[in-house]
This record gives sequence, C-alpha cells and structure tokens, in this order.
Amino acid sequence: MPDRIPEILLAYEGEMTLKGLNRGRFESCLNKTIRSRLRGVGDCRITQAQSTVFIAPASPDFDMDEAERRLAHIFGLVRLSRAAVCEKDFAAICRTAEAYLGLALRAVRTFKVEAKRADKKFPMQSPELCRELGAHLLRCHPHLRVDVHDPQLEVMVEIREGGAYLHGPKREAAGGLPVGTSGRALNLLSGGIDSPVAAYMMARRGLALHHIHFASPPYTSARARQKVEALAGLVSEYTGDCTLFVVPYTAPQEYLRDHAPAEIFTVLMRRSMLRIAAAVTKRCELDALVTGESLAQVASQTLAALQCTDTAQQLPVLRPCIGMDKNEIIAVARRIGTFETSIQPYEDCCTIFTPPHPKTRPHLSEILAAEAAMPGLPALEAAAAEGVERVPVRIGEAPPF
Amino acid sequence: MRSMPALHYLDNAATTMVDPTAVEDTLTTLRFIWGNPSSLYVEGLTAQAAVQRARAWVAESLPGARRDEIYFTSGGTESNNIALRGAARARTAWADNIVTTGFEHPSVQNTLRALGKELGWRVTEIPPEPDGTLDVQKLVAAVNKRTALVACMAVNNETGAVQDIAALAAGVKAQNSRCAVHVDAVQAWLRVPIDLKKWRGVDTLSVSGHKVHAPKGVGALYLCDNQRQHLAPPYTGGHQERGIRPGTENVAGIHALGWAVHGKAGEIAARSAAAAELRRRLLEGLYAIGGITVNSPADAVPEIVNFSTDRVNSQTMIEFLGRRQVYVSGGSACDKGEPSHTLLAMGCGERTVKTALRVSFCADNTPEDVDALLEALREGLATLRHI
Repeated sequence: MPDRIPEILLAYEGEMTLKGLNRGRFESCLNKTIRSRLRGVGDCRITQAQSTVFIAPASPDFDMDEAERRLAHIFGLVRLSRAAVCEKDFAAICRTAEAYLGLALRAVRTFKVEAKRADKKFPMQSPELCRELGAHLLRCHPHLRVDVHDPQLEVMVEIREGGAYLHGPKREAAGGLPVGTSGRALNLLSGGIDSPVAAYMMARRGLALHHIHFASPPYTSARARQKVEALAGLVSEYTGDCTLFVVPYTAPQEYLRDHAPAEIFTVLMRRSMLRIAAAVTKRCELDALVTGESLAQVASQTLAALQCTDTAQQLPVLRPCIGMDKNEIIAVARRIGTFETSIQPYEDCCTIFTPPHPKTRPHLSEILAAEAAMPGLPALEAAAAEGVERVPVRIGEAPPF
Repeated sequence: MRSMPALHYLDNAATTMVDPTAVEDTLTTLRFIWGNPSSLYVEGLTAQAAVQRARAWVAESLPGARRDEIYFTSGGTESNNIALRGAARARTAWADNIVTTGFEHPSVQNTLRALGKELGWRVTEIPPEPDGTLDVQKLVAAVNKRTALVACMAVNNETGAVQDIAALAAGVKAQNSRCAVHVDAVQAWLRVPIDLKKWRGVDTLSVSGHKVHAPKGVGALYLCDNQRQHLAPPYTGGHQERGIRPGTENVAGIHALGWAVHGKAGEIAARSAAAAELRRRLLEGLYAIGGITVNSPADAVPEIVNFSTDRVNSQTMIEFLGRRQVYVSGGSACDKGEPSHTLLAMGCGERTVKTALRVSFCADNTPEDVDALLEALREGLATLRHI
C-alpha cells in the first residue's frame, strides 16, 4: 500500500466575511467553536487566513473523516475541502496531483487548474503553474478537455509558506453564522417535530441556545422526558453544549385545567409557559425566546392566538418556522436527524388536557379576564420557575433512544 | 420465587422475570458448554447434546409435537417471520391471497401486509367480534382454493381472548388442504393446554422464551414435519436447525429456555386456577370502583385482563402507577405507546381505547399485588384529572 498522502482540512467562512469592523469578533467566535468541536479527534494546528480556516493534523492518529463530519455541522462555514500537502517543487506537485486527484479526474470529462501563489519566492508564477500542471494532467488523462468557464472539476493548487496544497472536491457545510455571535436565547422544546427544527434554524443565524421543557408527570411519562433529552442531544450537534431546563409543570397545568374556560385553555397555557420561560430567561441573562410555532398550524397558532400569547411577557419571541409548511419542517427535521425521535408516540405537555374545540380567534380581553379569575396561578408559576431542573446536554452524549 | 418485595409486576404479557434457576443454568452453560454444536470433537458434542436436551423439553411442553419438529429461533418475531414468509414463498405458483385476523401481533400483521405488497396478494383481515373473540366461520368462509396461508393468534396478547384453533384449522383445511395454517402461540404457551394432536391442521406455531421466565433472545418454531417441504426458509446459511434457521445456535439461551419450560405443561391447570383467583379479585375490585369497562371477554385466559377506566389517559395512569411500583401496560409492548389496534378492531370507542390498561399475571403474583394495584388505581382516579 502506498504511503498515505498527508492532508489538511480547509474550511471556508461564509457571510461573516462581509462583516466590517466586527469581523474579528465573528472569526474569533468561529475559531473557538472549531477548537472545542475538534477536541478528541486528535492533535491539530488551526490557523486562519483569507477567509479560510486551515486545520493541519499534528499527530498521526488525527481522524480526518470524523473532523470533516464535525466541521460540516459548524455554523459559519459554507464549504469544506481537503487538500494534499506536498513540497514546493513542481515535480512533486505533479506527482501529488496525479496520486491525489487521479480517481476524481478519471470520473470527469472537463477540468481546469487554478493556482494561488501566496509565497512569492516560488519560482513559477501562477499562470505558468496553471498551464504546466494542466498540461501534465492532460498527458496523464488524454480523455480530459480543459474548460475554463464551467469545468466539472477544478484543480486548485496553492503555494503557501508551509508547502504546496492541492485541493480536493469541495462539499457544502452548514452555512449561517457562528453560534454565539447573535446573542443567547431559550428554546421551548416540546418533543414534537417543530421545536428542534426551530432551534436548528435560530442557531444557524448565530444564536446560542438553551432549551426549556415543560414536564407534567404523571400525565407525561419518563419516556417523554427521555425523548426530549435525546432531541436536545441531537440538536447539540449544531448548537453545541447547552442546558436543558425541565420545568415541573404539573401543578400549574392542573390548575389551568380546573379553572380555565376549555375553549381558550391552550392559549392560557401557552401564556403561562411563556411567563415561566421568561422568568428562566431573565435569571440566566438570555435575550429572547424561540418557539417552533407555524402560522395557523393549530388553533393556538392563529394570528389572533399568537397576538394573545405575545402579550404575556416582554421578551421577543422568535418563530423561525412561522412561514413553513409542515412538509418543509419535516424535511429539515429529517436532514438534521431529529424526525425519527420526534415521532415517538409519547404524550407531551402540549397534547394533554387539550379541549376538543379550541377557539381559533380568542380576544385578548377574554384571556385577561380569565387570568384575572385565576388568582392562584402566579404563585404556582413562580414555584414551577423556581423548581426548574438543569440537565446538561453535551455533544455526542445523546441518550440512546 | 421470582417476585421482589415492594414491586408489583403485573405486566407478564410484556415480559417475565427470568427464573433464577434459569439464570443459573444460563451461566453454567456459558461457562462450561462453550463449544460449537457443529464441531466434531467432544466440546461440540456436549453443546449439541445440550441443544437436543432443550429441544426435547420444549417438545414435551407442546404435546403432540415431536422433538424434531421444534426449531430454535431468536424469539416470537423471528418464528413468525420464518413461518409466514417461508409458507408464502413456497406457494407463489398458485396462490393469490392470505387470510388473517384483525388483531394479530405486529410481527404477524406487518409481515403479512409486507408479503401482500411484495407478492401482489390480497390480505383479508377478519375483525374480531365486539367481545374480542373471532367468529371462526367468518374466517373459514374467506378461505378459498387460492389462499396460501391463514394466520391466527391462539391467545390475544392484549385482551387474553382465546380462539378456537382446533375448529379453525380443521375448517381451513377442509376448504383448502394446501393452505398453510400458522398459529402465534406466544401468549398461549403454558397458559392454555396446547395439544397439537387436537389442533391437527396447524402447520406452524411460534413460541417465545421471555414470556415464560426464560431469557430474552430465544424462542422456538414448531414446524409440522409434513410441511417441511412446503416451507421455503427465508435465510440462507449453514445447516443449523436443519437450514430453517441457520447460524450458530444460542446454546445457553436455548438450554435455559428448555430448562424454564421443563415439566411446566403439567402445572397449567393449577396455575390457571391461581390466576383465575387473582382475576376474580381484580374484577371485584374494579366493579367496586365503578365506571370501568372490561375489554377482555369472559372466557379469556385468566392471566390477562384488559380494562378501560374511561377517565384517565393510559400513559398517564401507567406513569402514575409506576411511581407506586405497580407495573401494568396499555397494550402490546411492541406497539410502544400507539393506540391498541386490537381494541380498535373490536370496535371500541376512542375513549375506551385511550384509557385502556392491560394487567397480566404470572404464577408468582399474589393477592397483595392485586390489592396494591386497586389501591393505586383508586388513588389515581381520584387525584388525576380526567380526559
């Protein structure tokens, strides 16, 4: 077996490169995320230049495939590629190009060579390098044609201080902005299909997220809670380590069930949940709430109902799924790997006690009147917010489900 | 005695606690009988002898079955798959339909539906009567000359309803002698007397170890000897289990299965009587509570009692009882939280289905277990909010 060609990983920054004077902040945040996500994969050296992050293995046991998989889930990076490293010598570059890209070149009909010469001490200039390397590859693969406008494979060679890099094919990464650059928020995680998708979408826009879950034992089971922990673990592939706050919600929910008018029960419950979530948010110094609501999906998600829930507290409520169809949400859930867990059939806090005919157009006045008629609720909510349990969620430690 | 103090395990149709002597037996086998039963030297022969001993014990628990008609598998699901797929594949030349009931276990129902799709066959599912039993005549009437196979459960896993397998098998064979008759006897094994001489016409029958105090991961398939030519095994591999279930035998599991059922067929009457006493106690208590619908038919096996509170959601009640160390279920464990298709097939109302609970006894349960259940149930009905 021939020696393995030494490789490095290249990760390309996305829209954050358009940021002006703030760009440094985004880059340092991204760097921090990459460093922490690559922990345990093996030793490596991480450097950054010209909107690209270079990850060079520093130990022989560095797992390139696992590193690539993890990088593909880091927001802020738009594309990934691997590159072969060789000496800054034209003959060596030709040899490596053939060995590293020979298979890929055999699978296409058109190609072009691009060169970037950052190290100006290299004797050949970029156009010359392109020409000569292209000629060499054409000799090796007579079936190929050069197409400089729309090649099926672009062979990129870079001459840098540390050596010459020959890039392999690029693959799409997660896109978005580095997690943490847009602030911190609390995501309401019910156990359904939508809320993990909402978390994913907001994390993609740079929000650092924690989750809050309302558990009502015995109406909701230990399995339901395990399912939510599993979902938080799956989403943490994207959001990074976080905390799951579990609210003991039995008492407020029973109180609501006994005292609230049935047709507006769900809206009152949503308001109560948002108030408790807001209390936790403030205590942990977070900036917003995130929910998986989708307009008019159910009675509590009509415009009138949303208007009623929004006035329950002051924080902004972000609803990334608001304009999505169920099928679109399911497509995202499948892509991020939460769908199979979400559809496990356990009752969650949103499905118990629901009235058969909820009102689709509740008025704020009747909601406020109903709340005024429930003097015991604030104390129960405060007790629930006080009794919140913190469950740490670590990447890759999702409980088996 | 397998029971544990302060724990009221009343979900023996889901699984049973492993008999401590079967645990010992497993360990001994793992430690000392480690050979491959197919090996030619003495260790192999010892292992083969252990498998054969277990085969004899299992055959003895199924009167009318010969030792060489028992094939070891990994459990009920695999036994059902081998029997159903094997019978269907051997009949593709002339058959075009399958007849079964509407209350089969998922490992039968889903297998038959998949076979129907793969082979382009019609699958007729005969719904049960409102009391959960099957009208054998309706099923027999659906069988024609091109029916490849009929599958019916001997004892329903959710309601405990006992089907008249003898009449069914005889009726089906009279309609079409080439039609295979498969019986899922996972819940019936050692609960009702199975006599394969009386059940003439039953070609294949599945049983599972973990429902009878043996470890999980082992079960058996009875395959009537004259049907071996008419079963195309779905697996290819070695010669183990005469090619019906190739793969190195799970010697320890198989031996423990044999050990757990050895001599138990003779005790069925006594254990049934004890379970009937528990059932009577439970039903009396339920009537005293009031407002309870009993979904199990009156002549069901005494070990399984299915009822609906009509007030509190099943999952909620199970969680509530679980916190008081009383363990029951809402239906089949293999359905994992989905509403019971058996009760739906029986035509039960939505409320009944949503609030159904299944209690299943074993020989180790005591009147105290029933009292603990009734006590917790009363408390739950009083404190939990109703649906």
